[in-house]
Amino acid sequence: MSSVPMSVEAKSARVPGEAVRPRAPVRYVGLRLLIVSIALPAGLAIAWEIAVRAGLSDGRLVPPPSRIWQEFEELARAGELYRHVVATLLRVAFGFALGTAAGTFLGALAGYSSLARRLLDPTLQGLRAVPSIAWIPLFILWLGIFEPSKVALIAVGVFFPVYLGVMAAILSVDRKIVEVGRVFRLSGFAMVRRILLPAVLPAYVVALRAGLGLGWMFVIAAEFMGASEGLGYLLIDGQQLGKPAEIVAAILAFAVLGKLTDALIAIAAAPFLRWEDAFGAQRS
Amino acid sequence: MLALNHLGKTYPNGVRALEGFTLTVAPGEIVAIVGGSGCGKSTLLRAVSGLDRPTTGSVMLDGTAILEPHEKIGIVFQEPRLLPWLNVARNVGFGLEDRPKPERSGRVKAQLDRVGLADKATVWPRELSGGQAQRVAIARAFVTRPEVLLLDEPFSALDAFTRADLQDHLLDVWADSKPTLIIVTHDVDEAIVLADRVIVMRSRPGRLYEEITTDLARPRDRQSAAFDFAKRRVLAALDRSLDRKVTDDGETRTETGAAMWW
Repeated sequence: MSSVPMSVEAKSARVPGEAVRPRAPVRYVGLRLLIVSIALPAGLAIAWEIAVRAGLSDGRLVPPPSRIWQEFEELARAGELYRHVVATLLRVAFGFALGTAAGTFLGALAGYSSLARRLLDPTLQGLRAVPSIAWIPLFILWLGIFEPSKVALIAVGVFFPVYLGVMAAILSVDRKIVEVGRVFRLSGFAMVRRILLPAVLPAYVVALRAGLGLGWMFVIAAEFMGASEGLGYLLIDGQQLGKPAEIVAAILAFAVLGKLTDALIAIAAAPFLRWEDAFGAQRS
Repeated sequence: MLALNHLGKTYPNGVRALEGFTLTVAPGEIVAIVGGSGCGKSTLLRAVSGLDRPTTGSVMLDGTAILEPHEKIGIVFQEPRLLPWLNVARNVGFGLEDRPKPERSGRVKAQLDRVGLADKATVWPRELSGGQAQRVAIARAFVTRPEVLLLDEPFSALDAFTRADLQDHLLDVWADSKPTLIIVTHDVDEAIVLADRVIVMRSRPGRLYEEITTDLARPRDRQSAAFDFAKRRVLAALDRSLDRKVTDDGETRTETGAAMWW
């Protein structure tokens, strides 16, 4: 009788022991993570390269990595790549700045004052339901076909996640913390600056990153509507001239720039978020 | 002089949390408020702090009506409520923002010294223990030198050892500037260690039920007979306020006690 529970106990006692397997030193952990995270795309790329070289496909519609790299080199050598990247980056930067400024201001206003929320929120939620691409014809009529209409479209894309994020975060700030502000007789701007904004900062960074992601999405739409430079223009150009390598090169450039700018926000915000005491905060 | 005149609070749902509460507290006096749960203790404290408006009556501090938070009235909550994005020193200095920087940092440093956390000045709140965090909260309340400090069950979330430690600490810091203290508590021992006067409240509607003077000599010995005696009087009053049948022992003691007292 007694042997059964004994064995169960012995088994369960061994489990924690197994968990204390010697761990790899910290510097290798990062390297291993990196290898794991690029294994799939790198594997696929290498496999495709081999397939094309072996003659299994001519790689005309899906160019192998070497041809894409060649395309990059050509674009870079002529200074084209630089010109397109800068054009797109500037559009995203202006649109992001505008959208973020408006989204932060109106989001803070709607979060702080219930009157402002009742006044603004229904209208903005209604506008949010409009697929933003639908604004393109109107923006072109209003702002012309050059930069202003493009920047405006990107700003609209960035605005909504930032506005929503800031408002929702302010509404969910702990009442007890707000009361501390009241005890020290903070109100209006001082309450927003000293209590509400710091409290929503983690959520704000998330909103900014979501906004930036949409900004990158909308810059393509903006550049599709008639641009003479920019990565979106490269995409259209590649399609019209039947150059898939150019299209893939532009897509890769988007991926790299999107990831880099996102990381830039995360890195810039990190020093201000060291205080965080959350599940995700202690790991990176 | 803090005067509460016929304070009453009826919530929109019709609950009369507080009714006809009148009390005058002298400068430097320590008053403890005890009572069963739901007797309006916290409602009372929030009205005095100016965080909530009473429905009837008024709170007067030195002749000024308190309608919203006032710079001469500080409050310590049950939870430390430190701002997690400010380090300990900046949390303590939160109410001194309008002061010049040298004065601010000097006062913060002195106050942190007083609560024994000078070495924690640059630490984040998340790195503090519960007792340390509450000491920071106390420092934050004292550093603005309030005339009245309200404490809403400030030590109830702490273990017994830390609690006794912090009670002594509170009295220690209080002795620097001797503000009026009003402390709401569940803990009769705590009330007697700290207070000159214990107010027993009764619920539905919350009101003042009995007032017991407990001005034993300080520092107070928790083991002394006088302490024990004061405790029994408060406990008996609490029992009566809850319409609980008072044990023979308590009743006799209270009566003999009362006879000895007056």
